[in-house]
Amino acid sequence: MLYLKLFWSFFQIGLFSIGGGYAAMPLIQKQVVDMNHWLSMNEFVDVVTISQMTPGPIAINSATFVGMRVSGTLGAIVATVGCIFPSCVIVLLIAYFYYKYQNLWVIQGALKGLRPAVVSLIASAGLSILVLALFNGSAVSWFGINLSEIDVVAAILFVTGFIILRKFKPNPVYVMLGCGAVGLICYQFI
Amino acid sequence: MHTPLPYLDKAVACIYDKIISKLRLMGDTSLYMNKSIRLYGKLFTSTFYLSAFTFGGGYVIIPLMHKKFVEKYRWIEEKEMLDLTAIAQSTPGAMAVNASILIGYRLAGVFGAFVTILGTILPPLIILSVISLFYNEFQENAVIKAILKGMNAGVAAVVADVTVTMGKGIINEKNMFAVLIMIVSFSAVFFFNMDVILIILACAILGLAVTIYGRYKQRGMT
Repeated sequence: MLYLKLFWSFFQIGLFSIGGGYAAMPLIQKQVVDMNHWLSMNEFVDVVTISQMTPGPIAINSATFVGMRVSGTLGAIVATVGCIFPSCVIVLLIAYFYYKYQNLWVIQGALKGLRPAVVSLIASAGLSILVLALFNGSAVSWFGINLSEIDVVAAILFVTGFIILRKFKPNPVYVMLGCGAVGLICYQFI
Repeated sequence: MHTPLPYLDKAVACIYDKIISKLRLMGDTSLYMNKSIRLYGKLFTSTFYLSAFTFGGGYVIIPLMHKKFVEKYRWIEEKEMLDLTAIAQSTPGAMAVNASILIGYRLAGVFGAFVTILGTILPPLIILSVISLFYNEFQENAVIKAILKGMNAGVAAVVADVTVTMGKGIINEKNMFAVLIMIVSFSAVFFFNMDVILIILACAILGLAVTIYGRYKQRGMT
């Protein structure tokens, strides 16, 4: 019964969180904190913090965390499967239609508008991450950025990483790991 | 090469298919099996690896996938990757999961999608399970904090790199409409915090409208 409840709660979270990332947060809060009391509000904030520090989507992370807390490993698996189940069905259906009809001029026309927009969405997400990395989240709005508060280490890491990526085209994971190592040295030991 | 008899190609292809299916029925599947198992293995390891390094939410996995599947393996075209991103963004669920479902389906069908889903959800599943047991120690660890802070800057560099590559692709098409959409939708998201779904819908409709107008004008001329 508990497993069924876990599955159903995260099924709804997976189904209604369109837009990804933090759009899912209020939904998760409603299901996990307000309706089922699986986590306290403080614990929920902790889950969000963990999600920022670890890889993986926030919905999957909270599903695993909550499932684990409520009923161990099996609970974690059940909640996670519930969370991705709606995506699987819907995305597979759309993928089928996309590959079947992608050459129709109607689809091509719509995609012509979508492609540049997607580039902007990625650019915007990247800039938000950059602002967070350079100003430690202290910049409240784009216009209120105080240049003297810039994190010099992060700025140097970003510029160096960018130049290396453009010039030598290495595996991006190495750049990320390298930045982590330099971060450890600079922030921890200097 | 152009054959004078278009039917010949089809006939050859048909015979070829029949031979292949016969061979498979006869049990001589080792070559065929090996190839598909290797593909599934590659799909699993690459999605597992990418998912383990997707710090900072949904959009970060797109640049990583772009690097791996478009630039390294050349399995997917640049334009197609943008289409898949648009679909992943506008369907329900986590963007990383949706994107890997699409890539798995594209490269190896429904079973391929299941392989990539597994690869994508296993790293967070394992990591969060462990962390939920040691949460307090993890949160207060200064070493982990310092590493993650450095990695944030690295993630920003990776995203910036792929954005430049993708943006160049759009600009090189020398299409004013595309560049305009790029500028306007960027300001709408970044400066005005507009709803992403709304922007995607608006851009799809705009693209469709421009195409219809183009077709209408063309028909008027001839």
